[in-house]
Amino acid sequence: MSFVNYAAREINCKLVYFGPGLCGKTTNVQYIYDRTQAGAKGKLISLATETDRTLFFDFLPLDLGSVKGFKTRFHLYTVPGQVFYDASRRLILKGSDGVVFVADSQAPRLDANIESLRNLEEALKEHGFDLRTMPYALQLNKRDLPNVVPVDEMRRQLQFKDEPVFEAVAVSGVGVFDTLKACAKQVLTRLGSR
Amino acid sequence: MAIVDLALHAEDERNLSAVVSRLREDANARIVFLLDRNGHALSMAGEMGETDPTALASLAAGNVAATEGLARLVGEKSFTTLWHEGERDSLHISAVGPRLILIVVFDERSSLGLVRLRVRKATADLYGVVEQIQRRPAPAGVSAGGFDFSDLTDSDLDKLFDEN
Repeated sequence: MSFVNYAAREINCKLVYFGPGLCGKTTNVQYIYDRTQAGAKGKLISLATETDRTLFFDFLPLDLGSVKGFKTRFHLYTVPGQVFYDASRRLILKGSDGVVFVADSQAPRLDANIESLRNLEEALKEHGFDLRTMPYALQLNKRDLPNVVPVDEMRRQLQFKDEPVFEAVAVSGVGVFDTLKACAKQVLTRLGSR
Repeated sequence: MAIVDLALHAEDERNLSAVVSRLREDANARIVFLLDRNGHALSMAGEMGETDPTALASLAAGNVAATEGLARLVGEKSFTTLWHEGERDSLHISAVGPRLILIVVFDERSSLGLVRLRVRKATADLYGVVEQIQRRPAPAGVSAGGFDFSDLTDSDLDKLFDEN
């Protein structure tokens, strides 16, 4: 949940990148890190295994500037995608203000996407959140690969509300900032609308 | 469920800062750091030097969350204190109720016993401040502070990102 410091006029929010193993969550955050000016970002922390698989989380703090007089600070987290890190995923989701689901567009990964999305819904429910009402964006990643599922089919399988959907190639940055912006906008709008 | 979990006003910030600074002096600590469970820094005292406060806060919050997960696995409600001993610096991390985390970084000028003793007193003081914060009617959103983000436009957002 957000932390608002009225004295310092700061808003702190937490966004979590969720999705199946090797879908490109870390790649999204790495690209954002690479393309953000030094003054607007903190250290990128990756708690990864020796084979560069996320073990606990990646973390990137972004100081984006001011909106209506409030400095906005986003903390981006990724979860470990591998199925057996379920307990860690649940811990990281706690307190999140928004979620980006990164789906792997390759045909053999469709079932893994569906399973991961169910896992997300369950884990959020455990923390008292409902994915249907919380800020959320869906990213269809790896659209540059040859064996991808058509976008319409992926939407049919994975989209369950009117969430914004983005086609992406995270490794080259396509769709990365669009996805982040869409989720960040929902978080900020929601903060001010209640 | 509230959208804003924690809203600090100037008075709260001063009160928290007073407790944190006092603890640093009383415990002879290098750094004292107060954060929320999500890893957002609330107050700090001491010389951070090369230490990145945001990274420290995030990792400590992850550490506390993982430790609480472990506690539940073995049938405990929580492990409220963590202590990491290093060659030069040591870390004392403790939960302050369900919302806050207190980190004390100390070296040979202090001791675990002294830190534990002072943290206990500071924790009681922090409970008082948190109670005061919670007694204040919770803002339903940032609009409660006189700001309304409901009319946020795409260009507002684009500006935010394009500047960086």
